[in-house]
Amino acid sequence: MRSPRPVTPSPSEITPREVYLQRRRLLQGLLGLAVAGGTTATWAASALDYRRNPALSTTEPKNSFEDIKAYNNFYEFGTDKGDPARLAGRFRPRPWSVTVAGEAGVTGTFTLEDILKPHALEERIYRLRCVEGWSMVIPWVGIPLGSVLKRFQPTSRAKYVAFKTVLRPEEMPGQKFPVLDWPYVEGLRMDEAMHPLTILAVGLYGELLANQNGAPLRLVVPWKYGFKSIKSIAEIRFTEKQPPTSWNISAPQEYGFYANVNPEVDHPRWSQAKERRIGSGLFAPRVPTLPFNGYAEQVAGLYRGMDLRRFF
Amino acid sequence: MRVQSPVRRFAKPLLFVACAMPLAWLLLRAFELAGPGLGANPIDELMDRLGEWGLRLLLATLCVTPLAVTLRKPWLMGLRRMLGLFAFTYLSLHFLNWLVLDQWFDLAAIAADIAKRPYITVGFTAFLLLAPLAVTSTNGWMRRLGPRWQRLHRLVYPAAILGCVHFWWQVKADWREPAVYAAALVGLLAWRMRRARRRALTVAAAAR
Repeated sequence: MRSPRPVTPSPSEITPREVYLQRRRLLQGLLGLAVAGGTTATWAASALDYRRNPALSTTEPKNSFEDIKAYNNFYEFGTDKGDPARLAGRFRPRPWSVTVAGEAGVTGTFTLEDILKPHALEERIYRLRCVEGWSMVIPWVGIPLGSVLKRFQPTSRAKYVAFKTVLRPEEMPGQKFPVLDWPYVEGLRMDEAMHPLTILAVGLYGELLANQNGAPLRLVVPWKYGFKSIKSIAEIRFTEKQPPTSWNISAPQEYGFYANVNPEVDHPRWSQAKERRIGSGLFAPRVPTLPFNGYAEQVAGLYRGMDLRRFF
Repeated sequence: MRVQSPVRRFAKPLLFVACAMPLAWLLLRAFELAGPGLGANPIDELMDRLGEWGLRLLLATLCVTPLAVTLRKPWLMGLRRMLGLFAFTYLSLHFLNWLVLDQWFDLAAIAADIAKRPYITVGFTAFLLLAPLAVTSTNGWMRRLGPRWQRLHRLVYPAAILGCVHFWWQVKADWREPAVYAAALVGLLAWRMRRARRRALTVAAAAR
């Protein structure tokens, strides 16, 4: 009779050191708080260690954590803004692995921890502008995408980076109906991907990402409409040709590959000149939308000489 | 004195309360007196709920005649005006919400939207078509217009069609919900077309 082999936990199942140290600190803190009057602070169980990056953050007032977790476009969990918060509970973002493929020296499947390990987390407070005409200010916690991509040693043929969301219809009820051609795919030109403003986020408000916000790993490209910032990334592929993107496949005349925020180029069905800032209440008028969502100084150079009406 | 069944006697007040409930609920939410509040984007929430109830009540109005005929309950026709006026009330609030809270009287943007955005063009047209129907819904106007009243009130059909198109055209990818409303409208229009054809045949047969 064969004796059972000892079970070795996979690296992604092991709680990272930072996290368990954080938990210990939390427990100590909680003991203190309990004495001081008591509070339920389970939130900090997922608290992250990070440093702020004020140079690349806006000073505008942040949206509330509740609004950021309650008002989401994440069609994998349903097309109503409240669906993701209601229906993302069954999604399991851990353990997680990402497949890296295509025109790169280092390819294969990596655990989330492998991908994050060498990088220090930082907080970036960014504006997020949805193509539907609303916006938020969100304190992301993440790492620059460029520094992660470099580790995979993209070859000279890598002109674009393609991303794919995980396909799990059992956990993502929205994937049971082909509203979009699942799995969701997105892509960036290499220079956009390497730009210091482009980050891979793992948290917000100092905590691990909630499922409805794209746990455990999502893209954030603040000068593009929100749909470019793909969530729950399962695959990263370096390509020579411009990769297909989900909304462009769904309605090519309405959503381009670039999708840079641009008040001058309207969506065919509605104006993009103004936006409603979420959280400003019933009586706040819309505010003007800025070119490249206010990041023109940093990113306009990437598109010099391009006709932004044609490449919308 | 005729004896009315209780259902018939209380039908109008009950219908009034039922039709007013979604609005009351929205107001309670808006002033945070009850319920979950209007959420992160209250203006869009008001817009969606008011438009949704307006369209539902408009389709409910169109259900009255088929129900009265097939159930042989002509007294049901007496409920049609209230349903229609409630539909118009919700749609007026939907329009005002857009004009005031959403656009904040930005007349240039409003004019541009009506002219350039097809879903707004059709929605606004539907609203304009319904306005004279609300105005002429009184007994006085019915008397004054005589047979022209019914012809005028056929505008409800193009208005309902445009209302369904207005809903469909603003959806990004998930057309399932507007499809339900459109299917209901197609059914209601099909019933009327069949009835009109039968009547024409009967008239033709009688004339022979």
